[in-house]
Amino acid sequence: MKALKRATASPLLWPQLILAVILLFNLLFTEGFFRVEIKDGHLYGSLIDIVKRSAPVMIIALGMTLVIATKGIDISVGAVAAIATAVAGILIAKVHASLALVIIAPLIAALLCGAFNGLLVSVFDVQPIITTLILMVTGRGVGLLIIGGRVVLWRMPSFEFLGSGYLFGIAFPIIIVVLVFAALFVFIKSNPLGLYILAVGGNPLASRYAGINVRRVRFAVYLFSALCAGIAGLILSADIKASDVSLVGMYIELDAILAVVIGGTSMNGGKFTLVGTIVGALIIQSLTTTILTRGIPVQYPFVVKAAVVILVILLQSEEFRKKLAIRPVGKKPA
Amino acid sequence: MDFVLRKGEIHALMGENGAGKSTLIKVLTGVYPRDGGEIFFDGQPFSVSSPMEAQARGISTVYQEINLVPNLSVTENLLLGHQPTRGGLIDWPTSHLKAQRILARLGLALDVRQLLGSYSLAQQQMIAIGRALDLSSKILILDEPSSSLDYEETEQLFAVMRQLKAEGLGIIFVTHFIDQVYQVSDRVTVLRNGELVGEFEAANLPKVELIAKLLGKALEDFVYVEREKSKAAEKVSREPLLQARGLGKKQSIQPFDLDIHGGEVLGLAGLLGSGRTEMANLLFGIDAPDQGEILIKGEKVELSNPMAALLHGVGLCPEDRRHEGIIEDLSVRDNIILVLQVKQGWFKNIPRKQQEQLAETYIRMLDIKTPSPDQAVKYLSGGNQQKVIVARWLASRPALLILDEPTRGIDVGAKAEIQKLILSLSQEGMAILFISSELDEVVRCSNRVAILRERTKLGEAVGEAINEQNIMRTIAHS
Repeated sequence: MKALKRATASPLLWPQLILAVILLFNLLFTEGFFRVEIKDGHLYGSLIDIVKRSAPVMIIALGMTLVIATKGIDISVGAVAAIATAVAGILIAKVHASLALVIIAPLIAALLCGAFNGLLVSVFDVQPIITTLILMVTGRGVGLLIIGGRVVLWRMPSFEFLGSGYLFGIAFPIIIVVLVFAALFVFIKSNPLGLYILAVGGNPLASRYAGINVRRVRFAVYLFSALCAGIAGLILSADIKASDVSLVGMYIELDAILAVVIGGTSMNGGKFTLVGTIVGALIIQSLTTTILTRGIPVQYPFVVKAAVVILVILLQSEEFRKKLAIRPVGKKPA
Repeated sequence: MDFVLRKGEIHALMGENGAGKSTLIKVLTGVYPRDGGEIFFDGQPFSVSSPMEAQARGISTVYQEINLVPNLSVTENLLLGHQPTRGGLIDWPTSHLKAQRILARLGLALDVRQLLGSYSLAQQQMIAIGRALDLSSKILILDEPSSSLDYEETEQLFAVMRQLKAEGLGIIFVTHFIDQVYQVSDRVTVLRNGELVGEFEAANLPKVELIAKLLGKALEDFVYVEREKSKAAEKVSREPLLQARGLGKKQSIQPFDLDIHGGEVLGLAGLLGSGRTEMANLLFGIDAPDQGEILIKGEKVELSNPMAALLHGVGLCPEDRRHEGIIEDLSVRDNIILVLQVKQGWFKNIPRKQQEQLAETYIRMLDIKTPSPDQAVKYLSGGNQQKVIVARWLASRPALLILDEPTRGIDVGAKAEIQKLILSLSQEGMAILFISSELDEVVRCSNRVAILRERTKLGEAVGEAINEQNIMRTIAHS
């Protein structure tokens, strides 16, 4: 009984439940949803597809998790992904650069964007939503400038591997997600950094009195968020073998924020969960896939997504749970 | 428990942290539902399910942390939620007039159009009382109203309370200040550990007895500290640990010299606004000085930020625990180990086992009342939160610990514990800079006292010269 209570108290419960419900729905109603086969030595199937397609959102959402944990927000990630795409496109199509450069240069561009955000937020104390709004609005323009104003199609098999390649039978984007997650886990969870991020998000003044370099922590999370956006941008463009600066990653910031929130990270600080974010991203992607495979017209996914999101967020709210007479998490404040 | 409030009476409610004062009030005003028993108001059975309902029925509460909005005007704060309207729009002229009338009742004449935040804490408190009175004029509950007020402001508050009492209001006055209880209350109710200890007529209860009922043990602690202090003084190290030479900052504090020795308790005495916190902030790297220098163990140091101060062995337990101290969503354990962890940098984690041990040690040492070390700090009472912050700094083992108002807003028992702690820390060789508005504490604990007034250091008192009259005289005469 106690284990049950502890399980229901876990903020991860509801996201996982919702995901389970969606999968169950598909199990019952969608032909061959769970079928995983091996074709050409690769794993194939709807399930695999969901995970693979959610890779870019997952990566961005992981970076977003840390930013949200500092009570900030980064809505520039879509634009940063576009900039990364543009840099990669130019390097591939015009310069015919080496793979190493094609990967590293866009990431450096992304880091510069992150540094811009980080500087404004941490040193000049500009509100995060305003700061990242700047790049969100102007970033794609910058990207278009870089790439010469049109969609650029290119071929570069070694780079395309990022989007469509397979390693040990697993789609490469998934591998990237695993790597990013692992790096974060090592870097943040088993490290005081996670504590500092929470402290800064919870009470920056008290953090300063405790000796934490608040500026540095804030700068770092925006840097990292932009890096994630850059990585996602590379995957997205490798997938379509083109640099479509105007459209790549459009609204991906919304999906990322939703993934973080559904996953259980509180926008009020206090805790964040990387695993939750992953689950959140899976929920969003599996929702989209479910809807599309049912043949529902393309407008509806947004509505259904919105409904599911509202449901999960309500379930996460203590007040709502109390009204449903489900035990609330934790005690009442003194 | 049983509790009786009469019309036209000021009834003091006293008790330790966690004794149940806040809970009692919250049950009375509908914040918490009651489990059993009955309440009678004006002879009728009484039951409310929300503070708003309680207000509508005539019971208002003014809390210790003023729950008003600093960036709205005084009028808006006074009348928020029920401003006079005309034709669907707010009637500002009438509102301002009404606001002025409310304040006039308390003897205040302020520009009600100004932002609330532009007024002093004491004035804001009066405005909060004004709001409460306007909403309900039968029972007024004041929760620690004088914690942030100085002597004159408190006198003003009491004048208002007496006037309201004469008008027939029943006032419940929750406080830790024993002298104030005697100044203004008719009866006293003492709680301990969630139970009623007794209800007494203030005139029939000698101060010593009241203290005994509240404290139990703490009384002995105070005596102990006084006695041991002189013994500890012999062990103060000859060489100063920290020296400030001509350290000053414009608009903050005039250049001052200060020496602090290991094993010594240096008290900082002065009225509100005299510059004590400003001095502390300079010594801890929160503020950068305009002039002067700091030497630690004889060597000049730049304390450009708190981390630098930390690394040099200086710690500061800040004045405002709510905004500068606790990180409320984090657990007690996280809050306690924070500084120690910060000292270790970005990559070296304190192992979980060690974290838990540290938390346990300090929870025990300071008697922090919490169901578990994992409890989020925001659920602890104010006094226990304060202990968590003190624990945080103790855990980092500083050579010099600056305590800025460590006993503010906590009750006598916990105060005594902290004072005993200060003594034992100095006995172990730690240098302590002890800042407090309560002169009796400063006098009791310090080996030397630096006296400040209007952001200038006036001088120091040593040995026999450390007593309340002498220090007050020094402040008054300059």
